[in-house]
Amino acid sequence: MEARFITPFIQSVQNVFSTMLQLPMQIGEPRVKAGKNTGYDVSGIIGMSGDVVGSVVLSFPDDAARRVVALFAGEELSTDSPDFADAIGELVNMVAGGAKANFEGAKVSISCPSVVVGSSHLIANTSDVPVIEIPCMTDCGEVAIQIAIKTNANAPTQAASASA
Amino acid sequence: MRIMLVDDSKTMRNIQKSVLSQLGYTELEEACDGQDALSKVGAFKPDLLLVDWNMPNMDGLSFVKAYRAQDKTTPIIMVTTEAEKSRVIEAIKAGVNNYVVKPFTPDLLSQRISETLSKAGIAA
Repeated sequence: MEARFITPFIQSVQNVFSTMLQLPMQIGEPRVKAGKNTGYDVSGIIGMSGDVVGSVVLSFPDDAARRVVALFAGEELSTDSPDFADAIGELVNMVAGGAKANFEGAKVSISCPSVVVGSSHLIANTSDVPVIEIPCMTDCGEVAIQIAIKTNANAPTQAASASA
Repeated sequence: MRIMLVDDSKTMRNIQKSVLSQLGYTELEEACDGQDALSKVGAFKPDLLLVDWNMPNMDGLSFVKAYRAQDKTTPIIMVTTEAEKSRVIEAIKAGVNNYVVKPFTPDLLSQRISETLSKAGIAA
């Protein structure tokens, strides 16, 4: 995965958490994720299409997810509540949307988010792109962004610039 | 002042409702996507709409185009994660009056609402 994609996600997740939750975030060293098991309990997943394709996952341990959602929604919610999934989905939506705005020259669309709730769930990535995991720490606990995206060589704008 | 909130995220609608109620706006209607909003605008007759972009069934841009075919003047603020300049231009061409990028602070949303109503000549 191109390194230019990583910084926009770091900036975006810090912006989302500080603006919507007033929650400062310390960013750890990005690393290539080994194995498939996230070790996390709650994940918001969003797809990217257009000039850049792939997926972005925002994952939390159970306790951190509950605390973050309580801050965002203004009330404590059960993890099996639709509102809990809604809040996690909106967070990953804002993180992905903010990041893609800083992919210079790339026209990218994002999907509606999906949310997985389950202890130490597995998120299998079927693409050939390595998953980059960015560990983050907040006062609510750990958060991780997992990015598996690549430039789409077949996208119309990429094809146009390649032939120009 | 009747305000319609169009966003598929209930959490985001609740945050917007909280900001609006602090500003004194309590006559609110919610819609979870563009189709839902189109089915409600006739009866609710909003004075202002806050519209998300990415929603299932009918996205915000399609809603704005459909709404503008029947109402040219009621102000619309797009409240969205779509932050690229090209998207903002696309939205304005479709008939959006103002634009707020998520994430936003309550102060920023308040400011955009005030300036939108002021430009539209609507008393806040």
